[in-house]
Amino acid sequence: MQEIRIHGRGGQGVVTASELIAISAFKNNHYSQAFPSFGVERTGAPIEAYSRIDDKFIRTREQVYNPEVLIILDASLLNTTNLVNGCNIDTIIIINTTLSAQEIKEVLKEKWNFKTKEKNIHTLDATAIGLKILGKNLANTVILGLLAKNSQLISLESTKEAIKEKFQEKGKEIIQKNVKAITKAYEK
Amino acid sequence: MKNKNNFKKQNILEGSRAVALTIKNIEPEVISAYPITPQTHIVEDLAKFKANGKANYEYVRAESEFAAASIILGASATGSRAYSATSSQGLLLMTEVVFNIAGLRLPVVMTVANRGVSSPITIWNDHQDAMTVRDAGWLMFFAENHQEAVAQHLLAYKVAEKLKLPAMVNIDGFVLTHSYEPVIIPSKSDIKKFLPKFKPNSNEYLNPKNPVTMGSFARPQYYQEIREDLHLTLKNSTKEIEKEFKLLQKTIGTDISSSDSSALLEYYGPKKAKTVIIAMGSMVGTIKDVSDEMKSVAVLKIKSFRPFPYEEIKRILKTNTNIAIIEKATSLGAVSPLAQEINQALNNDKKNIHSFVAGLGGRDITKKLIKKAVKIAKNKNKSSQSLYIT
Repeated sequence: MQEIRIHGRGGQGVVTASELIAISAFKNNHYSQAFPSFGVERTGAPIEAYSRIDDKFIRTREQVYNPEVLIILDASLLNTTNLVNGCNIDTIIIINTTLSAQEIKEVLKEKWNFKTKEKNIHTLDATAIGLKILGKNLANTVILGLLAKNSQLISLESTKEAIKEKFQEKGKEIIQKNVKAITKAYEK
Repeated sequence: MKNKNNFKKQNILEGSRAVALTIKNIEPEVISAYPITPQTHIVEDLAKFKANGKANYEYVRAESEFAAASIILGASATGSRAYSATSSQGLLLMTEVVFNIAGLRLPVVMTVANRGVSSPITIWNDHQDAMTVRDAGWLMFFAENHQEAVAQHLLAYKVAEKLKLPAMVNIDGFVLTHSYEPVIIPSKSDIKKFLPKFKPNSNEYLNPKNPVTMGSFARPQYYQEIREDLHLTLKNSTKEIEKEFKLLQKTIGTDISSSDSSALLEYYGPKKAKTVIIAMGSMVGTIKDVSDEMKSVAVLKIKSFRPFPYEEIKRILKTNTNIAIIEKATSLGAVSPLAQEINQALNNDKKNIHSFVAGLGGRDITKKLIKKAVKIAKNKNKSSQSLYIT
């Protein structure tokens, strides 16, 4: 089983990202699960959500304490919150930031005394892609392109399908923009 | 990590959406709800289906939960299939009507997205709301996952309409209502094979052409008998529930209804386990994983809290075991509700019974917590008190 934990702030689409991961994994013929940490979803408040992927039906309902993949939508949270709590040296860290992997590694070491390998950190200025392609300060779908690139469990194709399914009611234009944005993130 | 199970039939859906789609396919005639916190996407989705022309029911937006319950009471009294969904304070506000619906023998079905109650204010999951109305005279089912919730709604309508008892399907708020997982939604035509159109007898509903009295005054000479009659129908409904569950499995298939041998409970784990955990709802999934990880730990899931399967529990728990009841509810000043029932079911026996209260107000039920309860149950002597653990 693979466990994914996503951190961000209210309004950044943290919960939607976890749902898209589960849908994408399901489209890729895996069993999956997604749920939020059930915070009071005020804009700006720290939020976390979880996804699980497995080859059999997932029964457990406990929150994700030791993720294999950690996704950070808002790097400013690193200043105040120990997002890497429960992570280890092998945890894949996918982060929306203008900093490099090496710089993030140093921040994690200095601020949270957390040791990791540079190769396990994948950075992307997803906000810039979001602003350019979606016309909004949104990184939640964009970052999934980077996850698809670094995961065996979801693919770019299954993530596109997930976006089409989840955003069905939002209309064609929004779907197209999001597909373009994740493709851009995937190819970067 | 590929798998072939049911993938063609399954969808990955939010729990609330899965329930809403199932209700749409069950085709109730009247739905009423109060659309504000605490509510779920269930009634929001049902309102959308109606607005988009995908459903034919009357959707009545009520001014309060009390009104919503009253509206489905009235609808059901006129012989219509009726539905509502609520949660926590909403259910508490409905309480008076909830008792009336049962007393009037109306086969209303309601989903309760279980949440804690005030005060302090909480919006998160536990079972305190449902336990508040456990004595109202409703069938009360508890679901472990989305698929079980779907199946229990079908069973609820069938048994309710047959026995003229209301039924409540309890699904853990947030944990099930707001989570995504694969689930199969039965089609309208599949459902019709199991659950035909609701046609009450002409003397059992309000109709100007054939006037009847409902909800009349009962003097001391009659009241007790009427209450006893309701009690006996509910208590003896276990046979009908089991019969209909078998029929559900046969007509709609075990991939939707589960292949469990009973609609009342499920035993999972080693047959002669040294410790048996007894629980309800979504935490059973996590406990099953713990059972796989630990030696000699099994779980007994209670799917029907009303009627309560005393005899079945006694039969299953034959050997001398340590019992750990873990529940998301309390009976303030007394032993917690599920533990009260288990103590009653096993009253003549020397089992080492322990009652644990956990997960109140959305506190996470972790594997660690479950293992802690097992350890206490194994190593300590029987206690008559509920222990609150985190």
